[in-house]
Amino acid sequence: MAQSKVKRVFLEDLGSGNPVFAQVLGICSTLAVTNVLKNTVVMCAGLVFTTALSNLTVSAMRNVMPGRIRMMVETLIIASYVIIVDIVLRAYLPDVSRQLGPYVGLIITNCIIMGRAEAFALNNPPGLSFIDGIASGLGYSYVLMAIAVLRELLGSGTIWGYRVLWESWTNWSIMVMAPGAFFMLAIFIWIVKGSSKREKK
Amino acid sequence: MSNGITFYAIFFAAIFTNNILLTNYLGMCSFLAVSREVKTSQGLGMAVAIVMAATSVLNWLAYRYILVPLDLVYLRFIVFIVIIAAFVQLIEMIIERVSDSLYASLGIFLPLITVNCAILGVCLFMVIREYTLLQAFFYGLGSGIGWALAIIAMAGIRQKMAKARVPKGLAGAGITLIIAGIMALAFMGFSGMIQIT
Repeated sequence: MAQSKVKRVFLEDLGSGNPVFAQVLGICSTLAVTNVLKNTVVMCAGLVFTTALSNLTVSAMRNVMPGRIRMMVETLIIASYVIIVDIVLRAYLPDVSRQLGPYVGLIITNCIIMGRAEAFALNNPPGLSFIDGIASGLGYSYVLMAIAVLRELLGSGTIWGYRVLWESWTNWSIMVMAPGAFFMLAIFIWIVKGSSKREKK
Repeated sequence: MSNGITFYAIFFAAIFTNNILLTNYLGMCSFLAVSREVKTSQGLGMAVAIVMAATSVLNWLAYRYILVPLDLVYLRFIVFIVIIAAFVQLIEMIIERVSDSLYASLGIFLPLITVNCAILGVCLFMVIREYTLLQAFFYGLGSGIGWALAIIAMAGIRQKMAKARVPKGLAGAGITLIIAGIMALAFMGFSGMIQIT
């Protein structure tokens, strides 16, 4: 019984309830770093960590939190975890931390974390909320990683910094610049929405 | 590192060449959700521009005179977000008292702004780039105007698009992102003029 519930939460966040496709939420802070796969993976790991633990904390505190200031409390919880992520990155991955610049801090304003805290953690027990946090973080991450792989491959001919395409490959410089991310995400949404409509018929 | 840049160069660069929305993808959530009508976009754009200019100054002061002397720089995320939230609340209360018509047009957007990533983004960028107070103010103002410009232009295009026939899966968010991509391409045309990094 409990197992099936966990499974259902997990699958829903990865599939039909995927925040990126369902509402196009939370792309702000992470889309900007999708031109290099390595940065995206680090960023997504930080995001999964923050979503899971802030969901857990909000859920554990949900009965003692006054309703009026609940948003502020949630924001502070999220911000504390983001500070941990920032400090850890500075210590162990200083190069990546420098490249990510302000975007690590911007995880705070990522709508998905707040959205999951509001929509799920406030009404569910801590354990389940933790699972939900991990699942929605992962559901979001795999979309962005897919975008990052394509952008790095087409834009620089590399994946994770290693040369993959042949030497004479002409880099599509548009892919590493801003418009590339908009077009890639639009195409992804098009494919997913188009295919899910056909299934329903 | 950026102290040689004049403030008007920063101002114009923030509007055109380094538009916070189209080159840094900040503020996308409200951009996608609210850009359906020109009128509401104008309201939100104005509110964002005002809050951005003011909070960049407030956060600059807090950073330079409180966080740096006390060696608490790692707390900047919390401090910035609290200052932004407090300022937005304050503005909301003042507007409510002073003008009913202004409250009717701006009031509903103010709560949305607290979670707008562009505002926090501007504050973090200005700290990383080590701007002076004047530079920070013009960077905040320019970014706000640039964001407003982008969302109003997008709303204008989307109003015209309402009658167009869009491929099925692309309707809604998809087509908006493609328009944003084309707008980003257009704004890249400015990049020869000024660059700030």
